[in-house]
Amino acid sequence: MDVKVKILRYNPEVVDEAEWKTYAVTLQPTDRVLDALHKIKWEQDGTLTFRRSCAHGVCGSDAMRINGRNRLACKTLIKDLNPEKEITVEPIKGLPVLKDLVVDMEPFFDAYRSVMPFLVTSGHEPTRERIQSQADRDRFDDTTKCILCAACTTSCPVFWSDGQYFGPQAIVGAHRFIFDSRDEGTEQRLEILNDKEGVWRCRTTFNCTDACPRGIEVTKAIQEVKRALIFRRV
Amino acid sequence: MQRHQYDVVIVGAGGAGMRAALESSKRTRTAVLTKLYPTRSHTGAAQGGMCAALANVEEDNWEWHTFDTVKGGDFLVDQDAAEVMCREAVDAVLDLEKMGLPFNRTAEGKIDQRFFGGHTRNHGEAVVRRSCFAADRTGHMILQTLYQQCIKQNVEFFNEFYVLDLLMVAGKATGVVAYELATGELHIFSAKSIVFASGGFGKVFRTTSNAHTLTGDGMGIVWRKGLPLEDMEFFQFHPTGLAGLGVLLSEAARGEGGILRNKDNERFMERYAPTVKDLAPRDMVARAMANEVREGRGCGPDGAYVMLDLTHLEPAHIDAKLPDITEFARTYLGVEPYTEQIPVFPTAHYAMGGIPTNIKGEALANNDDVIPGLYAAGEVACVSVHGANRLGTNSLLDINVFGRRAGIAAAEYAETAAFEELPEAPEAFVVDLIEGMRNATGEERVAAIRNDLQATMDLNAQVYRTEGSLKQALVDIERLKERFAQVSVQDKGKRFNTDLLEAVELGFLIDLAEVLVVSALARKESRGGHFREDYDKRDDVNFMRHTMAYRELDAEGNINVRLDYKPVIQTRYKPMERKY
Repeated sequence: MDVKVKILRYNPEVVDEAEWKTYAVTLQPTDRVLDALHKIKWEQDGTLTFRRSCAHGVCGSDAMRINGRNRLACKTLIKDLNPEKEITVEPIKGLPVLKDLVVDMEPFFDAYRSVMPFLVTSGHEPTRERIQSQADRDRFDDTTKCILCAACTTSCPVFWSDGQYFGPQAIVGAHRFIFDSRDEGTEQRLEILNDKEGVWRCRTTFNCTDACPRGIEVTKAIQEVKRALIFRRV
Repeated sequence: MQRHQYDVVIVGAGGAGMRAALESSKRTRTAVLTKLYPTRSHTGAAQGGMCAALANVEEDNWEWHTFDTVKGGDFLVDQDAAEVMCREAVDAVLDLEKMGLPFNRTAEGKIDQRFFGGHTRNHGEAVVRRSCFAADRTGHMILQTLYQQCIKQNVEFFNEFYVLDLLMVAGKATGVVAYELATGELHIFSAKSIVFASGGFGKVFRTTSNAHTLTGDGMGIVWRKGLPLEDMEFFQFHPTGLAGLGVLLSEAARGEGGILRNKDNERFMERYAPTVKDLAPRDMVARAMANEVREGRGCGPDGAYVMLDLTHLEPAHIDAKLPDITEFARTYLGVEPYTEQIPVFPTAHYAMGGIPTNIKGEALANNDDVIPGLYAAGEVACVSVHGANRLGTNSLLDINVFGRRAGIAAAEYAETAAFEELPEAPEAFVVDLIEGMRNATGEERVAAIRNDLQATMDLNAQVYRTEGSLKQALVDIERLKERFAQVSVQDKGKRFNTDLLEAVELGFLIDLAEVLVVSALARKESRGGHFREDYDKRDDVNFMRHTMAYRELDAEGNINVRLDYKPVIQTRYKPMERKY
C-alpha cells in the first residue's frame, strides 16, 4: 500500500527551525513504522536520523511521537495507524532535540540515576541466594519490565511544563526497588521522591500508562509510591 | 580531537562489558565506550535463562553441565574453558541475585529453574531443570541489573562513542580511537588494557534475531589489525524465529512444554531426537525444521515454516512464564498463542566464533601467544566454550563468567603495566576511513549492498551448505566488495551521522562474511552449526581442530583470508557420536 509519512525534521547544522517533510513510501500493512523510516532513510533520504537497535520492542531506542502519541516505532504496525491518512512522526517531547528524531536522553537518565535504582542491603551477604517468596517477587514484577525508552516521561504534561520534575519513569525505577522485599533503601529513596519535584507533582492524567510500550501500569505504580510515603510518614 | 587516558578501556556495554566494568572499575580507573546507551545492548533481548547447576529443584552438578556443553558443542569445545564456565556458573547466578536480579522463585523462595535444550542429567539420561530465569526476559533483567550496579559504582560511560580502531605498538594494545556520534569528533583513548565486549555480527544474514547494530565491529577492528578470528564458520541458527521476521521466540517456550509441528500436525522432533525431542540442541532442531520444509511438510501458503504449538498449555502458565514472546506473536503476526499455533523458522542468532582468547579473557595473536593489554569477552570472543554449537542459556552464562574474568585480568595487568607510547598520528586510519566515506562520490548505496550481502548469506551459507553454495557466496561477496568501493553517503554532516555509521558497519559485515564463508568452505565436514550436505558426517580425523583465520596481503597487494588451525583442548570427555 502507498503511505504518506510526515516527519518533523531538524538539523541545527543546516536549518534554524524544525520543518515537516512528507515522504511517500510503499509498505505492507504489517510493516512497522520503523520499517517505513528505514525505507525512507535507505531509499530516499540518507540524512533522516533516528535511533534504533533491536527492532522488536525490548531495547527502548526508538520511542517517538507517532500520530500524536508516544510509541516505539518498532512496535507500531502501519495497519493500526489509519494509513489512509498521513502518518505523522516527531520526536518525543520535553527533551532537547539534537537532530530529527534524536533527543538528548541525558536529563532522562539523570532522573533515573537520582532515585538510587539499585538494590540496597546491609550486613553480610548470605552464601547462597536471598530467600524471596514468589508472591514477594510478584509484588514488583510490573515495574521490572521497564526498558528506559522515555515514552512515559515524555508524555507527561507536568514533565513538559516543569523542567525539574523527575517524571514517571524515575518513579517506576524507584518503585521496582521500594517494593522488593530484599531491599533496605526504601527510606532514602522515599525521601528523594518526597521532594517538591517528586511524586507529588503527578496529576494522575494516565498519559504515562497509555504510552508505556511494555504495558506497565505506570500511574498505579506512582500511586503506590505516594501511598507508601503517606503511610510511613503520616 | 580529544585525548583521554584510562587504565582500562572497555569497548561495549552489554552484559560482558558491564560485568567486566564492575570488576575493573573497583580496581583501577576504567572507561566504558559504547556505540549505544548501555541499556540498548542486545543482551537485553535474551529471554530464556542462564544455566547453573544450583540443584534447587532437582539433583544436578556442574560436571553434568560441562558434559552437556561439550557434547552440545559437538566436541569442538575447549574443555578446560567449559569446566571453568560451568563451575563458576553457580557463583555467577548467585552474584546476580545478590545484585538484585529478580529471578523467579520456587515454593521455598529459592531461585527457580526450568528445562532448556541440550541440558541433561547424568550425561544425557534425561532433561534436567538447570535454567535460572526471570519470566522470559532474563537477558533484560541481567542488563538492567548490571547497569544498576554500574550506576551504584559510578562506572564512567562514554555513550554513543563508536570505537573504530585499535592502537598497537610493537605487538601490544595501547589504545583505541572512537568517533563521537553526537558531534562527529574523534577521541583518542590511551589505555594499558583494552577489553572488547562489543557483541556479534548477526546482520550478515537477513533473517536474524540480532539487532540492527550487531555488525561485528569489534571482530572487524581486530581483523583489520591482522589478528586472528577463530571458528567463524560456526554460526547458530535459532530454531524459533517468528516466520518472515526472525524475531526470537525463546527456547523456553519448548522448555515450558511447547511442541513443534509440521503441516500434518506431527510432532516431528520425535523422529530426529527420540529422547529429548523438542529440547534437542538448537543446531539439530533448526536443521530438522529446515528439512521438514524442504521435504514438503512445511506450513502456510508456501509451506515455508513450521508451527510452534503452545495451545495445550494453560493461559495462566503462559502469562506467568512466557509473557513477552507471546506478546511478540500477537503484535507482529496477529496470532493468539492461547488458541493458535505460531509460525516459526530458524533465524541467525549467535556467532560461536570470534576473537580467540584463553580462559582469562586474554586475546591471542596466534595459537599460543597472548597480545599484551588486549582482552575480549562475550559473543565477540571465542574462548571456546561453545565449540560448534552453543547450548541455550550458555551465552548469558558466558558473558557473566568471562566478562568478570576479563575485567579482573585487564585491571590486574593495568596495575603492573605502564602506559605505552601511542603510534604517531594515532587517528590517521580513522580519519581516512571516515573522511574517505564522507567525501566519496560513487553511485552505490549502502542499503542496496547490505541487502545483497544478506541475500547471498541467507541463500548460500545458512543451515545447509555445500561447496557450490559457499563458492557462490564467495563470488557474490567479491562483487560486493567492488561495489562497496563505489559507495557514498548522502549525509555529509558531523552531527549524529548515522548514514555514515551504517556505511562503516557495512564494511565490517562484508569482511566478516568473507571470513565466515572461507572458513566454512575449508571445513569439509558437518559439525554442530556447520552442516555441509556434501560432507554430512563429522570428521574427527581431519577436523577436530579450531579454524584460525588471518587477513593477509599477497604480493599483488590483494587482501586474502589465510587459514590455520589450532588443536582442541580435551580433558575429560572423548568425542562420541552426538545423539539425543
